[in-house]
Amino acid sequence: MKICVLVKEVPDAAVEKRMDPNTMKLDRSGEKNLNPFDTHAIEAAMQIKEGLPEGTVQEVVAVTMGPESAVRALHKAVSLGADRSVQLTDDALAGSDVCASGYALAQVLKSEQPDLVLLGQQSDDGECYTMGAVVADHLQMPSLTQVIQIDVSDSKLRCERQAEYGYDTVEVELPAVISVGDAINEPRYPSLKAIMGAKKKQLDKLSAGDAQIEASRVGDEGSRTKVLALNPPPAKEKGTIIEDEDTNETVEKIVAWLDERKLL
Amino acid sequence: MGVAPAEFPPPVDDASEFVGPPTDPEEDRIDVGVAIVGGGPAGLACANRLMQLLEHEPALAEKLGEVPVAVIEKGKTPGAHLLSGANMRPSAMKELFPDLPESEWPVLWKVDKDAVYLLTPKQALPLKPMPPNFRNHGNYVVSVAQLGRFLSDKAEEAGVYILSETAADKLLVEDRIVRGVRTGDKGRGKDGEPLGNFEPGSDVTAKATVLAEGTLGHLTMAAVDYFDLHGKDDQRWELGVKEVWEVPQPLDRVIHTMGWPLRKAPRWNEFGGSFIYPMGDDKVCIGFVAGLDYTDATFSVHDVLQEFKLHPFVRKILEGGKRVAWGAKTIPSGGYFAMPKHFSVPGMLMAGDNAGMVNIPELKGIHYAMHAGIYAAETIVEALKRDSINYEAYDERVRSSVIGEDLYRSRNMRQPFSRGFFVGGALASAMTITKGAFPGGHFKQEDDAENEMVLDGASKSYPKPDGKYTFDKLSSVFASGNATRDDAPNHIRIQEHVPLEIAQTWVSMCPAAVYEVPEDQLEAAQNGEGDGKVDVHVTPSNCVQCGAITAKGGRLTPPEGGDGPLYTQV
Amino acid sequence: MAGILVYALHDDEGNFNKNSQGAISEAAKLAGELGAEAAALVVGDVSDEGAQSLGAFGASKVYRAKNVPEGLAQPIVDAMAKVIQDEAFDYVLFGGGLLGFEIGAGLTARLGAGVTMEVTDVKVQDGGLVAVRPILQDSQIAEVQYVGKPGIIIGRLNAFDAVARDGGSAEVVDVDVELSPWSTKATMVTRGEQRGADVNIEDADYLVAGGRGLGKAENFELCEELAKALGGAVAATRAVVDAGWFPYAGQIGQTGKTVAPKLYLAAGISGAIQHKVGMQSSENIVAINKDPNAPIFEFCDLGIVGDLHKIMPKLTEAVKAKKGA
Repeated sequence: MKICVLVKEVPDAAVEKRMDPNTMKLDRSGEKNLNPFDTHAIEAAMQIKEGLPEGTVQEVVAVTMGPESAVRALHKAVSLGADRSVQLTDDALAGSDVCASGYALAQVLKSEQPDLVLLGQQSDDGECYTMGAVVADHLQMPSLTQVIQIDVSDSKLRCERQAEYGYDTVEVELPAVISVGDAINEPRYPSLKAIMGAKKKQLDKLSAGDAQIEASRVGDEGSRTKVLALNPPPAKEKGTIIEDEDTNETVEKIVAWLDERKLL
Repeated sequence: MGVAPAEFPPPVDDASEFVGPPTDPEEDRIDVGVAIVGGGPAGLACANRLMQLLEHEPALAEKLGEVPVAVIEKGKTPGAHLLSGANMRPSAMKELFPDLPESEWPVLWKVDKDAVYLLTPKQALPLKPMPPNFRNHGNYVVSVAQLGRFLSDKAEEAGVYILSETAADKLLVEDRIVRGVRTGDKGRGKDGEPLGNFEPGSDVTAKATVLAEGTLGHLTMAAVDYFDLHGKDDQRWELGVKEVWEVPQPLDRVIHTMGWPLRKAPRWNEFGGSFIYPMGDDKVCIGFVAGLDYTDATFSVHDVLQEFKLHPFVRKILEGGKRVAWGAKTIPSGGYFAMPKHFSVPGMLMAGDNAGMVNIPELKGIHYAMHAGIYAAETIVEALKRDSINYEAYDERVRSSVIGEDLYRSRNMRQPFSRGFFVGGALASAMTITKGAFPGGHFKQEDDAENEMVLDGASKSYPKPDGKYTFDKLSSVFASGNATRDDAPNHIRIQEHVPLEIAQTWVSMCPAAVYEVPEDQLEAAQNGEGDGKVDVHVTPSNCVQCGAITAKGGRLTPPEGGDGPLYTQV
Repeated sequence: MAGILVYALHDDEGNFNKNSQGAISEAAKLAGELGAEAAALVVGDVSDEGAQSLGAFGASKVYRAKNVPEGLAQPIVDAMAKVIQDEAFDYVLFGGGLLGFEIGAGLTARLGAGVTMEVTDVKVQDGGLVAVRPILQDSQIAEVQYVGKPGIIIGRLNAFDAVARDGGSAEVVDVDVELSPWSTKATMVTRGEQRGADVNIEDADYLVAGGRGLGKAENFELCEELAKALGGAVAATRAVVDAGWFPYAGQIGQTGKTVAPKLYLAAGISGAIQHKVGMQSSENIVAINKDPNAPIFEFCDLGIVGDLHKIMPKLTEAVKAKKGA
């Protein structure tokens, strides 16, 4: 079985994220890191590999689409256990929206022919929560998102996922694309040996052409959405402050306030 | 009647706790050629220089194995834990990268104008003539956090292994020879218990270990103790708190100030001043530095900085601006005689701030750190070529270089510069202005923690933060990029039940609000009830690892690698 | 100008969920402005009356795919793709929720369409629709336009209000959908299992959070009672979790969870930024604190300066009374 894990390099969580007003895109010049949700995806891949008889999972491959610096995200993925990595990198891809990115990633995955694709439920930058479902349709595989538990048996997965109504248990036939939530596991820390060995692991760089990606379907040109404007959120009106003197009166006011807003 | 923090030493024994032989089975040890602890200017200059030299020494390069040079850095990335003013002299960059044009250096502004002011509550009196040690023409304003990233990128390109998010916990010593370091564990809980994803540290063995940990370096302190390398004088430290501001109007000069808001009376021992530097057209950095030998337990450098910003002179510079970064760090100020008596022992060398290589009267340290790193690299290569791990030649290199010369020269500036840059400048200039009348008196020379603390009124003048121009400590910690997990074990060693004066000292001193006294106990002690002792509650996840606690009666040990601030432009 | 197609989700009893109703009324409003129609799509065993009732919210037509199972996204992608292509819809609108996201995403791939999610508002501009959504943890608002057709809009949960639009009864059109081979590879085993024990605070509409001002662990009972009365859950700040008064699963903030409930009531919480970033997007923030200078009063919608030990029990009673009435 081959598992591909889609990973992404995103601005570090501790750094204030900014949009570049000139390009209307995220300013990615600051500190970057592996998307935290993806560490859960890699951990899930490792737990599946370690939970099955040795040799069942032949390799775990980290795949990313990003500029030169995204190599670091791949090194991290490899230090966490991936056997090798693939970087799709090409200027033509810059500015790709969800539609374009999903298509591009699916093309790379097609050449890998994975049995299972894992990815983090969301990324800290795009906040789109949908990449797994987009990729799955291109790959013509069943997909499930918000998964917090995976059990593998034969060529089937038994997954639990969080939906608004409660927890769903779904059986999925492989090959499949599964997006995992952060509740699924506690990612391991890489050992020093693994960190140092990461750079030596095979890293293949692919251009758009190598992955058979049509230029007209990616990048700024191929994106099907365009950001027109960026505005600060509407200034919040200063709240009402009540000084409690007569508690009964205060409580009445609170209830009236809540009622006004249909909160009761 | 005051209480000295030194009377309540932390529960720590450096030599026995942090020095020892390797414990991993041999096949599990990680062997590298040169292990450098600390990804700052000293460590990275050393790493870069080593790779430059190894290019011409293929035989030696092979001997060093698969990983010829590894840099062990506890921050998320090199630069994450670096903070300084700073005005850097160009000599070390030139020595390290002679073919790199200055236009490609990671610098922010070339100094062509500087000024020093003595502040009173309402005025800023320019000091003329400017004391010569303040002159920075030809130097560059840099952000050492950015410099760290630059040097790290260059090092990686050259083949250095940068192991970030990795702390060095223990110095590995066998038969009084340094064999390497042991890295810290990861995945321990609040009480030290291993969590589900516990990953133990590793023994990293090397032919040469370079300690470049920066101020109050953990392993350096242990090594100085173990090998008895104490200098003639005890080391002393100053604490600096710094902010970076985006401003609408560019600043045209490097500024240093002294005087207000620090108090003059000798018994408070309040010595220090501020720096305000241009960082290009749209940013300035502003910081306040004070010696940690003050005696008022309520003194807080962070709050002094906030108060300082209220001065009309400073308002003019920051008006209409927005704070974009904050950080804090200590700097050694003991000078020449506080440096360790040797900079190397078999198997190990020390370079940079942790070895006290800071010229405090001139407020310079970055280029000395880099020079030292370069000399360390050259000494290592020369020795290893002869199959020796005796790095003694390094001592002589350092002492006969600008490092030794400059620091030695300034050791003679006893009065007034022995108290440091700001002190020296303040005193020199104040003496000139007042024609010798101020200040009078004799200067104390004790270790910072030996000064007796009393509860007084330093904090009375601190402004209530408004969240836009002045800031509280917690929101500042947030601005430092600190997002340390809450269940991390406590990495700070202090006695947790101490007299109120000591507790208050720590509470006020710490720029990151790590220490707290429970409200009810605080009230009781202030009312004179009980024995006057209180509990000190520690929130280690706030810690930005400035080191001040180590100078004032506690001991900072490195937390889990990756914890702490994520400085990007300080 | 065929218009806007909306997916309407229903439960096992045929009740359509509020989000879907909201999406339909929003689509009807927008379609009106565009001079087009709003239609809905439902799958599974939906009765004629049930489908027709969507007309009340403004759907002129309801496409019904009886042979498509409900509950998983991919079969619905097949159904919607067919209808969108056959009827040349210009926009597709979802009321948010997990299925909305998954179906919308599948359609993006299937139709090569632009998609915007977590949309809080939709505008008519230059004869088309522009989606407005918050980005970067709600720190900025982006306005997004579509290139080509269709454009897919996935709303943030509860973004669109369900408004009766006098639509009358909708025309029901049955469609036969051929499912893609991979759409049948996932099977629902159990749907919507409730797990009472671990209440997920991220999903709660009402949160009562306690901080240091509570004084001691036992006082969390004040929060529990009020939360129960409101029909919500209890959360906590880092300081009290640190002190062992509440489990880590309930911690809100920079190093805990991020929530955006309809109501966030903060009791005895100062509002330091480390906490604020975890709850600042809450729709309504009410704070009770005895310190008038607490930072939370700078960003709450209703702030009460007073003793929470006195106020909370009385508030709990008053809420119960109001709701019981």
